[in-house]
Amino acid sequence: MDNLLVLWQAPTLTLQLLIDGVLVGAIYCLPAYGMALVWGVMKIINVAQGDFVMLGGYVALYVSYAGIHPMFGVPVAAAVLFVFGWIVYQLVIRHIVDRDLFVSVLATFGISIVLQQLANQLFSANVETAEANLGSTYLFGSTIVVGNIKLVAVAIALVLAVVLFLFLKHSRLGQAIRATAQNPRAARILGIETSQVFAMTYALNAAICGAAGALVVQIWIIHPYIGLTYTIRAFMIVVVAGLGNIAGVVLAGLGLGAAEQFASFLLGAEYQAAFVFSLLVVILLWRSQMLARRRLYLK
Amino acid sequence: MTVWKWGVALLALAATGGASAMAAESDDTIVLGAAVSLTGNYSTNGKNTKDGYELAVKRVNEMGGVNVGGKAYKLKVVYYDDESTPARGAQLVERLINQDGVKYILGPYSSGLTKAIAPVTEKYKIPMVEANGADRDLFTQGYRYTFGVLSTAEQYLTEAVNLAAEVGKAQGRDLKTFKVAIVVENDPFSADVRNGVVDDAKRFGMPIVIDDKFPRDINDMTPSLTKVRALKPDLLVVSGHDKGALLGARSVYEGRVDVPMMAMTHCDSAQVAEKFGKNADYILCGSQWDRSLKYSDKWFGTAEEYAVRFQKEFNYAPPYQGAESTAGVLVYVDAFTRAGTLDVEKVRDAIATTDLATIYGQVKFDETGKNVAKPMVLYQIQNGEYKLVAPTKVASAKFLYPTPAWTERMK
Repeated sequence: MDNLLVLWQAPTLTLQLLIDGVLVGAIYCLPAYGMALVWGVMKIINVAQGDFVMLGGYVALYVSYAGIHPMFGVPVAAAVLFVFGWIVYQLVIRHIVDRDLFVSVLATFGISIVLQQLANQLFSANVETAEANLGSTYLFGSTIVVGNIKLVAVAIALVLAVVLFLFLKHSRLGQAIRATAQNPRAARILGIETSQVFAMTYALNAAICGAAGALVVQIWIIHPYIGLTYTIRAFMIVVVAGLGNIAGVVLAGLGLGAAEQFASFLLGAEYQAAFVFSLLVVILLWRSQMLARRRLYLK
Repeated sequence: MTVWKWGVALLALAATGGASAMAAESDDTIVLGAAVSLTGNYSTNGKNTKDGYELAVKRVNEMGGVNVGGKAYKLKVVYYDDESTPARGAQLVERLINQDGVKYILGPYSSGLTKAIAPVTEKYKIPMVEANGADRDLFTQGYRYTFGVLSTAEQYLTEAVNLAAEVGKAQGRDLKTFKVAIVVENDPFSADVRNGVVDDAKRFGMPIVIDDKFPRDINDMTPSLTKVRALKPDLLVVSGHDKGALLGARSVYEGRVDVPMMAMTHCDSAQVAEKFGKNADYILCGSQWDRSLKYSDKWFGTAEEYAVRFQKEFNYAPPYQGAESTAGVLVYVDAFTRAGTLDVEKVRDAIATTDLATIYGQVKFDETGKNVAKPMVLYQIQNGEYKLVAPTKVASAKFLYPTPAWTERMK
């Protein structure tokens, strides 16, 4: 309760927490879009989501080692991970698209473990970070401070969301993806090469995660085992937002970020993770109740 | 199919038999055993550990080996990869003892692994000299065969609290107004660091205004630092291995959080100064060892000479994990010589009465088996470089206090 008192005495802190939370949430949004996309189109829950984020981080890290500003790592990581995602699709995912959800969870969990161990072999277990050196911005006469890199990250996350939305809505491939998501069989009958669509969707998802990873390494840290953090957040956001709802993903992501910040501040950092999981349980309960009610209504 | 299976089983048997035959003590070699993390989470530090052991073995053999009761023995270490998992470590040490016939164990990397192995060596009454398990818990179980050459975790930042009390008194302040904020990872090591700081703060009567424990999968420290901004502590303590050090240093400068004194662990292994340069200035870092310290021994000469030798051998500067591992082997060498026999129980007793100068510092065990002779040292990052500022006896630079405000530093 002491912490609540602190907030009460210094209201600008509330704003600081909110801003920090939204900035954190924007990063969570990226792997969440990807997850929603793959889940919606291919009915696969990609547990390796966070590991793609991790790999993207390493790509950006090596870009910065080459003496190039790590910001350029964002497109590079996206491109590299696009190719990587396509390869993973051809090797593994292709064989499990039509299987049930459990098989896909197991398979992607396996991919996740393999990626972690490979990353550990290739890059060592050291905790790494890349310096963007973009400085910080003072808001409201220095009462609130925000790292510029986080602002850039939010901008990129929002731009990606809009681009993704327009892409799905208007491009041929986007329409094919949506058609496949609605009914793969009908799409196939209408001449859509669904296996191509699946490959593209999975690669696109990996690319989005890669971009997120390139931002994560500049804002926080990466190491080979950081993936699960992002997988869990992405899963939660998608569960809350539902599939095929990009606006919902953005809102849920930002909300989760803010909720985490306030929980950590008020309850103490040790309850941050516990809070996230409890929230997930509550939301799942609430969702199933809503579904039950709808079913009742339909009867 | 079955023929194949039997064949494979036989081959495996032959292979293990071969290994144990290799490891068994021959007439003129003393064999030590170690499970270290060559893959997995701790692979980097696991390699540091192994390199430290190897350098000591190489040097001791170069100098004619170990003199036990008038006879010279060569040293050799048998290694297994514990894959950074405690269960695997315990299993491998059991194998070292039972199958390979090893009678002297060197510790693994990390407190977690050491904790898993200690009950095994205890069960077989085989001594373990460990150099990389800093948990206080390791020395409260009444283990008779476990000896640690490093300072335990609760000592990591006590020097920082002492320093805080010093500057507080020098300013003529009542220490009851000297506020301490603690932000540590929720793991056994960092909890020990925290407990050490809490005990010392209590001793000086300093109030603790923040006591946050962040989760293992932390990716953001800003809420805790927002609290720091609100409550304005005089000393901020951060500990959480490499990720804690990197996140702490970065979040403080990115968020422009003003705090007069900030201390953390693992800056050196996380390369905080190398990564953030002047943005990490004024941060204090607890460390086990530094090459500039005036320690020396008969094997390597000074700590600096040791460091040069290490660098030449392995192509990287020795982190303290390397130096303390070397010291672990030296403790055995000294104990063998003093015992004058290879009788395990007598060697164990000789280890218990160690009082040895090494390049890592003095080693002398108390009755619980932890080294009580070597202090922790404290660096301060000044102009992007680590400078030794405490304890005053060994300091090579002046402690800069207080940390100027960010508005000043950014000019």
